[in-house]
Amino acid sequence: MKTIPKTLTALALLAGACAAQAETVQVAVAANFTAPMKVIAEAFAQDTGHKAEAAYGSTGKFYAQITNGAPFQVFLAADDTTPAKLEDEGMTRPGTRFTYATGTLVLWSADPALIKDGAKVLGRNKFRKLAIANPKTAPYGAAAVEVMKALQVDQMLAPKLVQGENIAQTYQFVSTGNAELGFVALSQVFKDGKITGGSAWVVPAEMHEPIRQDAVILKTGEGNAAANAFMDYLKSDKVKAIIRSFGYEI
Amino acid sequence: MGFSDADIQAIWLTFRLAGLTTLLLLLIGTPIAWWLARTRSRWKGPVGAVVALPLVLPPTVIGFYLLVAMGPNGPVGQLTQAVGIGLLPFTFWGLVIASVFYSMPFVVQPIQNAIEALGERPLEVAATLRAGPWDRFFSVVVPLARPGFLTAAILGFAHTVGEFGVVLMIGGNIPGATRVVSVQIYDYVEAMEYGQAHWLAMSMVIFSFLVLLAPYTLNPNQRRF
Repeated sequence: MKTIPKTLTALALLAGACAAQAETVQVAVAANFTAPMKVIAEAFAQDTGHKAEAAYGSTGKFYAQITNGAPFQVFLAADDTTPAKLEDEGMTRPGTRFTYATGTLVLWSADPALIKDGAKVLGRNKFRKLAIANPKTAPYGAAAVEVMKALQVDQMLAPKLVQGENIAQTYQFVSTGNAELGFVALSQVFKDGKITGGSAWVVPAEMHEPIRQDAVILKTGEGNAAANAFMDYLKSDKVKAIIRSFGYEI
Repeated sequence: MGFSDADIQAIWLTFRLAGLTTLLLLLIGTPIAWWLARTRSRWKGPVGAVVALPLVLPPTVIGFYLLVAMGPNGPVGQLTQAVGIGLLPFTFWGLVIASVFYSMPFVVQPIQNAIEALGERPLEVAATLRAGPWDRFFSVVVPLARPGFLTAAILGFAHTVGEFGVVLMIGGNIPGATRVVSVQIYDYVEAMEYGQAHWLAMSMVIFSFLVLLAPYTLNPNQRRF
């Protein structure tokens, strides 16, 4: 009978040793969070010794992959509904979900002279194409539609809309000039407190529902020390500062 | 459940795109196949390789370069603007042009193979009977290479129906202009509407199977692909 407690002690020691060792966490990251995630992953490796490997993509696609056994331990979604849905379906570790960032929408053009007086450029309607993310699948797209409705330009602009499948593709349409302007995530055109190029109108937050982006540890992350460490790290002041520097609110 | 109006619009658009693309490819691809089959030029290799490029390049590469090239600062975009037809991305005709390029090898190669298999002999015989070049082509080559043309048309059509990556890159998801069936399915999956996705996706599987079955049914004794 003595052997059982001994084995348990040995296991506990082993587990402790493992926890202290560097581990890797696979993180599924919403496309709009690509730039900050790269900075955070690097800082995370330096500060904790753990490694965070990120895959970037659309939240809907990640949902399909996660429910079909994709090997991600942490999910940084572009919305708050998908992580909640996964939680309802028992795919997550309960009690780990929290809002890591709130997105800011921006009307952006690669042309430095196009957007001079904010939203008025939409009313003037002197452009060929306006890019938005697919409002059905991307929260930034849904927010863009809300803003156009609030400005009462949605019907006038409907024939000029082109949709990117996600916010990254929407940015691509605008940055290549195929659409003169578009609603993208501020994080895509913002670094160190300023717009990186072109011209922009940062949409006031009260014009649309907040774009809350939730993070959650998935069932597969159970017992992964790096997953826990990464979630704690996301809540640290250092990371909050990084996230803010890319134009998100927290 | 069944097809929504948006689904039917996407299906109709896809057929229009694939039909037009196939027609254009038969017109453009046949002379290219003819030349490739019969030339001894040192350009045969490079031209053949360029035609075959879409077989191996990922659609993201083709789509990205088409987007840049057809954009306002790209060479194609500047040309189309200069001649007054505007820019091609996000338009139906932009998709047609992209599809012509993307499905080219599926049309050129079967025709080229069929012409090569004919050899010189039938053409020489026709020439001794005083058939002119056009007469030789339409009275000798086309009937004898008919299975090759049939395969080319079917593959060109089916491959355009199955196109996704390129459309995603340059389409802009506009209902009735660029939202084809494959993009519609992708949207359903992204929106987690798996029932609708299955309905459309399964139809696509059955349709593609029947299309690929067609050449065997129409002409069961000959190898097609």
